[in-house]
Amino acid sequence: MYTEELTIKAAAAAAKREENIKKSVPRMTAEEKNELLAAYHPDHNKDQSKTVLIGKNKGDKVPSELWTLLHSKSRISGADIGAEPEISAEVLVIGGGGAGAAAAIEAARAGAKTVLVTKLRLGDANTMMAEGGIQAADKDNDSPVRHFIDAYGGGHYAAKKELLKKLVCEAPEAIMWLSKLGVEFDKTSDGEMITTHGGGTSRKRMHACKDYSGAEIMRTLRDEVLNLGVTVTDFTAAAEILLDGDGKAAGAALVNMETGKIFTAEAKTVIIATGGIGRLHCQGFPTSNHYGATADGLVMAYRAGAKLIYADTLQYHPTGAAYPGQIYGALVTEKVRSLGAKLVNADGEIFVHPLETRDTVSAAIIRECKERGKGVDTDLGCGVWLDTPMIDMINGEGTTEKRIPAMLRMYERCGIDIRKEPVLVYPTLHYQNGGIDISPDCSVTGIENLYAAGEVTGGIHGRNRLMGNSLLDVIVFGRTAGISAAEKSKTAKHGKPSSDHICRYEKELEKAGIDTGAVSPAFLPDYTGRK
Amino acid sequence: MSKTVNVYFFGKKYEVPDDLTIMAAMEYAGYRLVRGCGCRGGFCGACATVYRIKGDKGIKTCLACQTKVENDMYIASLPFFPLDKQVYDIEKLGTDEKVMMRLYPEIYACIGCNACTKSCPQNLNVMQYIAYAQRGDYAKCAELSFDCVMCGICSSRCPAGISHPQVAELARRLNGRYLMPECGHLKRTVARVQNGEYEKELEELLCKSEEELTNLYNNRDIEE
Ligand SMILES: Cc1cc2nc3c(=O)[nH]c(=O)nc-3n(C[C@H](O)[C@H](O)[C@H](O)COP(=O)(O)OP(=O)(O)OC[C@H]3O[C@@H](n4cnc5c(N)ncnc54)[C@H](O)[C@@H]3O)c2cc1C
Ligand code: FES
Repeated sequence: MYTEELTIKAAAAAAKREENIKKSVPRMTAEEKNELLAAYHPDHNKDQSKTVLIGKNKGDKVPSELWTLLHSKSRISGADIGAEPEISAEVLVIGGGGAGAAAAIEAARAGAKTVLVTKLRLGDANTMMAEGGIQAADKDNDSPVRHFIDAYGGGHYAAKKELLKKLVCEAPEAIMWLSKLGVEFDKTSDGEMITTHGGGTSRKRMHACKDYSGAEIMRTLRDEVLNLGVTVTDFTAAAEILLDGDGKAAGAALVNMETGKIFTAEAKTVIIATGGIGRLHCQGFPTSNHYGATADGLVMAYRAGAKLIYADTLQYHPTGAAYPGQIYGALVTEKVRSLGAKLVNADGEIFVHPLETRDTVSAAIIRECKERGKGVDTDLGCGVWLDTPMIDMINGEGTTEKRIPAMLRMYERCGIDIRKEPVLVYPTLHYQNGGIDISPDCSVTGIENLYAAGEVTGGIHGRNRLMGNSLLDVIVFGRTAGISAAEKSKTAKHGKPSSDHICRYEKELEKAGIDTGAVSPAFLPDYTGRK
Repeated sequence: MSKTVNVYFFGKKYEVPDDLTIMAAMEYAGYRLVRGCGCRGGFCGACATVYRIKGDKGIKTCLACQTKVENDMYIASLPFFPLDKQVYDIEKLGTDEKVMMRLYPEIYACIGCNACTKSCPQNLNVMQYIAYAQRGDYAKCAELSFDCVMCGICSSRCPAGISHPQVAELARRLNGRYLMPECGHLKRTVARVQNGEYEKELEELLCKSEEELTNLYNNRDIEE
């Protein structure tokens, strides 16, 4: 429910609605975008990043919050991990989101003894929350080549080309794979996929399952993981990757999240699929991410000797809920804009093309609020209007209910009918663009028997990911990780799993005189006592 | 400024700001959650919660991450409820009535009390979707259950011991796998990729200079 004051302010958007619907705003030129990003995108805020002092990325900048975790002591520092492993697997999957589940399915199908450990429950993950959809160039006016150009340009020409090529080429097959598992994509009665634009796409290739796209995919994958008899151990977090004497991955040190007990898993191959970073609340931003998105995989892999790529680029989703408090930072899916809703400032004026890439739209909103004074102030902060009533006006009554039921419900619970009133939005920390450096077979560069897939990896999306390419990445590379690891496990040999590399890492920290006073990985944020 | 309200977590009283969700209020009170908290966004069903407002006769249910506290709320979370999930091979199931009869026969023991529907925090018509499952109308069951977050509250209230979310999951998978129309353009494109039809163009693209790629990107035509 809006306060009286906000109701009055919302009238400014309503007054210009008819006119705004008809108005088309030009897209920015490349130069305009670059200038905007340099001045207003949080990634360019120099005080908020720090230089890495040890390890493979020595000399690189990373967000300060991640820097602290990378330079902290290990959670298993000094613990005895020499005991007999309690888990023994051919393929050990760490993380029960979309990438982990897809990997487990393929590994199990390939006949490998597969164990999946996850910090919360299977499916308590960013994947479950994806609303908007998944990209694939599968229509006759589209092609993987176009998809490549959209993603490469949108990612600021920084993607590792061979990874991106794999992503776009295997996209149609990924949609087919999901359909065969029973995922219910939105289709017309003759089977044509109902697709929309996402920010930065040149063809309408966003496939969706209403606005529960990730949930529909995740619950289907979870069901299949269980059907295949994969051993799933929930409330179990990995604290470190264990290596053998030759530096090959040989298992993981695990922690029971409820009892705190530390134990070990021994494995022929290990897949890291621990997802993103949102719950580190970089630069104090709220986040759209699930409770366990604390960059654990980056920390573990880094200590084991992996290299991180583009760890300095985070994605701030332009439309996080800025009001009311109970949903502050929650995602308002990009699909709202795909369906025609525009962004307007306090005066009811459109200030940016709604479907520019995410970094551009976020920077434009921040400029509107911070520099131009055209934001809408609330007691929680500042925001701009996302004019949701436009959706039914443009597409016909009932569209909101049919195409974005989760959004309608989220706001209904706050007493706001998005069909009648606009919503207030401000950027929210959403996605980690970079991550662990991998090859197209998902092997982690430089560490044998170790694989990674999903949001924890970097390079596929360059410095900015397009909407719908992450769910795609999770399926394409999750599956690949499962297949590669299962294959490797047939011949992989390793010595006794040990944590000696952790001791060496900590010695280096000591030598460099670093003491953050913290231990990592973080596992969960601490919100106790928070208002 | 927000006011405060009194709430009772597992019977113990706490004073909390009135604009917090139940989940945030527990944290404000000092709980460090491990169970009962997953997505924090209304999608995962980890935070199933049962409550009663002091003096009210009715039991209410909700998702703790999506519901604001109220004064005199007596709150208990239900972070786990034992649902029965049957194991099956989706490729070997047909779509006739017998599928449900074989895997989830308890749905036929439904006594029509409608407690499931009344308890659904997503406001789904749970009893009705179970009725469709009984009749083998899996498309309808899938449609009505689509917004299910599988929190399990319905099952906790069911005298017949039905695992509604699992029944619905099966119906949705059957619908997606067998009943929804096949997609022609998807099939065609998969075949084209498999025949290597894009390979040459992509390889050429990979060899282009940054400048050429920038040009291609900046001048690409965008579908209206
Ligand atoms: C609100 C929201 C909406 C989104 N919408 C879209 C969209 O429309 N389209 C799109 O393409 N993308 C979208 N994304 C992005 C996309 O959903 C994610 O990037 C992607 O699903 C990540 O999948 P993942 O498997 O790599 O990670 P996750 O799904 O996050 O899974 C990681 C899993 O690992 C577990 N884990 C973490 N640390 C440990 C540890 N130490 N030990 C064991 N387990 C651990 C986590 O708890 C979690 O279960 C969205 C993201 C969010 C948050
Ligand atoms: S925590 Fe996921 S629904 Fe509430």
